[in-house]
Amino acid sequence: MEFEAIIGLEVHAQLLTETKIFCGCSAKFGATPNSHTCPVCLGMPGVLPVLNKKVLEYAMKMALATNCVINKTCEFARKNYFYPDLPKGYQISQYAHPLAEHGFVIVETDGRRKKIGITRIHMEEDAGKLLHDEHNPVSYVDLNRTGVPLIEIVSEPDIRSPEEAAEYLKRLHEILVYLEICDGNMEEGSFRCDANVSVRPMGQKEYGTRTELKNMNSFRNVQRALEYEIKRQIYLVENGQTVIQETRLWDDAQGATNSMRGKEEAHDYRYFPDPDLVPIVIDDAWIDAVKNSLPELPIAKRERFIRDYQLPAYDAGVLTADKALADYFEDVARRCQKPKAASNWIMGDVLRFLNEEKRDIRACPIQPEDLAEMIKLIDEGTISGKMAKDIVEEMYRAGKPPQTIIREKGLVQITDEAELTKTIAVILEKHPDQVAEYRGGKEKVFGFFVGQVMKATQGKANPKLVNELLKKMLAG
Amino acid sequence: MELYEFTLHELQDKIKKGEVTATQITASVFDRIEAVEDKVHAFIRLMKDEAFAAAAKVDAEIKQGRIKPLSGIPVALKDIVCTQGVPTTCGSHILHNFVPPYNATVVQKLLDAGAIFVGKANMDEFAMGSSTETSYFGPTRNPWDLERIPGGSSGGSAAAVAAEECIASIGSDTGGSIRQPAALCGVVGMKPTYGRVSRFGLIAFASSLDQIGPFTKDVEDCAVMMNVLAGYDPRESTSVNADVPDYRQFVGRDIRGWRIGIPKEYVVEGIDPEIGASLKNAMAVMQKAGAQCVNVSLPHTPYCVAAYYIIAPAEASSNLARYDGVRYGFRAPEARELLDMYKKTRMQGFGAEVKRRIMIGTYALSAGYYDAYYKKASQVRTLIRRDFEEAFKQCDVIMTPATPTPAFKLGEKTDDPLQMYLSDIFTISANLAGIPGISVPGGFTQGGLPIGIQFLGGPFEEGKLIQIASAFEKNAHLEKRRPKL
Repeated sequence: MEFEAIIGLEVHAQLLTETKIFCGCSAKFGATPNSHTCPVCLGMPGVLPVLNKKVLEYAMKMALATNCVINKTCEFARKNYFYPDLPKGYQISQYAHPLAEHGFVIVETDGRRKKIGITRIHMEEDAGKLLHDEHNPVSYVDLNRTGVPLIEIVSEPDIRSPEEAAEYLKRLHEILVYLEICDGNMEEGSFRCDANVSVRPMGQKEYGTRTELKNMNSFRNVQRALEYEIKRQIYLVENGQTVIQETRLWDDAQGATNSMRGKEEAHDYRYFPDPDLVPIVIDDAWIDAVKNSLPELPIAKRERFIRDYQLPAYDAGVLTADKALADYFEDVARRCQKPKAASNWIMGDVLRFLNEEKRDIRACPIQPEDLAEMIKLIDEGTISGKMAKDIVEEMYRAGKPPQTIIREKGLVQITDEAELTKTIAVILEKHPDQVAEYRGGKEKVFGFFVGQVMKATQGKANPKLVNELLKKMLAG
Repeated sequence: MELYEFTLHELQDKIKKGEVTATQITASVFDRIEAVEDKVHAFIRLMKDEAFAAAAKVDAEIKQGRIKPLSGIPVALKDIVCTQGVPTTCGSHILHNFVPPYNATVVQKLLDAGAIFVGKANMDEFAMGSSTETSYFGPTRNPWDLERIPGGSSGGSAAAVAAEECIASIGSDTGGSIRQPAALCGVVGMKPTYGRVSRFGLIAFASSLDQIGPFTKDVEDCAVMMNVLAGYDPRESTSVNADVPDYRQFVGRDIRGWRIGIPKEYVVEGIDPEIGASLKNAMAVMQKAGAQCVNVSLPHTPYCVAAYYIIAPAEASSNLARYDGVRYGFRAPEARELLDMYKKTRMQGFGAEVKRRIMIGTYALSAGYYDAYYKKASQVRTLIRRDFEEAFKQCDVIMTPATPTPAFKLGEKTDDPLQMYLSDIFTISANLAGIPGISVPGGFTQGGLPIGIQFLGGPFEEGKLIQIASAFEKNAHLEKRRPKL
């Protein structure tokens, strides 16, 4: 029997605000435990939350960038449960009236485009962290993360394969980073994903029983966990067993999902509107202002690169995957006016150097104007493409402009006809046999002479000129 | 006459004229406290050392010519407002050792105005109660009859003013917790409009209903206190950024031609005949002062108590979740693991009434019951608010009894929570509607117990309430009595 998977994803993205969502504490990651706290985020008696307006603005950006409808009024609600990392005994979230609904993003798998619906986007506060002592039966609470702003992005159950799920996540991630509202760091938990998945025989209308998958901290693990879980569910169904509705944790080392049974009791969060926060009213003028402030989004940029720079879709995809990379490319292309050459050098050499050192384009030692200059020098014939290969590496290692390297190493291409003629004459004199062979019709020997000239000039000879001169002089 | 016997505004004048010092007033008040506090038990904690230190500071300021609105005025604070460095218990075992690292906004405002804090006043645990009997620290007694309760939940604050253990005090009112004890103790108590006085640092009972207000010896003092307390606070999202008038200008103003609404639904069974008579008397007083009494209707009144006892416990069940033994306050010492710690801490840390309301509220918010209870109660609340909007088209203010009975005896209603809940029938509606209310002394029963008259106004009409209450005070010609202690 053929089966179909039904997948829906819940993404939590930490917003890159300076301060927390309801107090003035720093929202930065990695500080000494409990140093970024105050009576408000510690949930002390009598304190009150005041919404950080930036959080709302950032959340609106994401909502608009994913084609959501922003609700004219939305409200915060309390999600009540006890846990030591939740100081108030409730999380301030949104429930009945979220910020935005009915959006979508477009994903492309195997060259096919598809809309994945977004059910809702809402704002909420993050919880703290528990640290368990490995040697003693003691746990510690770090509340630095408590109150760090999050948005939760809930997809429709529109996803049909693990690849599609990974693509969808990459698109969301890309948009968040483009908007500069989330750093997208999955290891530090700034971008987290839970998945709901079920299977059903092809053609069946009703959904199967779903499970919820947690603890997947990379795109690849989301894909692997879904692949595993789909296989597991299909196996159960085919063998007449039932899928239990439960939460399962992905175990990376084991490559399997395991039931959280026992820990997961049926929760009743007793949501109700938070009486400490007033409903948020958003008017059209504000929505328009945020809309106008949106940067060009990845999909639009990709299309523009293909159209305006005449780049292949593949190049456009690689260059726009990171906004800083796209900006770098555009800077180089504008300066040298050779977009395809710029793309080739960036995708080929620059990215290779960066990847080897796991460096970001923002930290690239080669300045865009220097790379543009190098491309110009090739174009003008000052250096050869082959020489450029070495020069660009030196530019990366030493962080120097191409002209400096060329001067220091005496790398300027020899374009002096008289000088080259002299060199060629010497070579021809040295190799009378080969000259005879060539003149006898064995044209393959031509390459030998080119090699000899290059050797003699340490590769500095202008290859075009060498070809021309050799042909003329060999012809006698 | 002792200094503690004077009103706030009288002492203000004496300070201005240089007749007395803050230290003298403070000393007088502490003499009084020493004489009567054992009988009344208005306080959970006295702040004698802090008070004299503050008085010395204020006296130094006065010497330099800096006189502030409350310079040298001894004020008691309900132990529900956070005081930096001073334990704030909310009348509960679970917070018996909690020392806030911050001041409530009102506390800071009072400090900035030169007030001297004499102590933290007793209260029903987490403000849940109408008699101050649910306090972990034992009950407060009514200064007019020590066998009787002072009302609640701000019973300590009301009793402290009535027993002259302070010149004014601060309370909080979620369903009548200022106005009911003010009535039962024969003092003035005002619950301002929701959003008028900052709730920051007020330990939450029911966030959408809680409001801080003053207890004073007379209406003019109430105006002086409101001038200090009222105003926008950016630290509270529900605080309203509206102009604050000088409330004192409303004192003694004419009310000729005013229409005073008498809601017919407030004539209920079980109301004490002497209270009924005092309302009739109050109507006569107001008519003599040139106002007209008109019948108005608040048709959804019968649903107030029911709606309140869903909304308030629901919010409380969530507000009190933070008392889990993890970060501050009481933690059950013998707890073994997490769930055990939660259970034992909350079982031992909260009293019976608080636990009862947490359970009611948890139930009302549970899946499958939310629509029938919380949502329905919220809809009723909207109807109650509309009732008042309609009524205020017919009248300037509404007048009602503040309580259905005078002060009852200690222990009389502790075993019957429903009877206890009904002591707030006349005050709850103002909290549900978010409107201001004031309770002023309206005479005494034959047994010598105080009776309170309540005035209700539209949102942000505290000035009108001060005007009418002051007119009533002036024209009622009530006999001046002091409790015999």
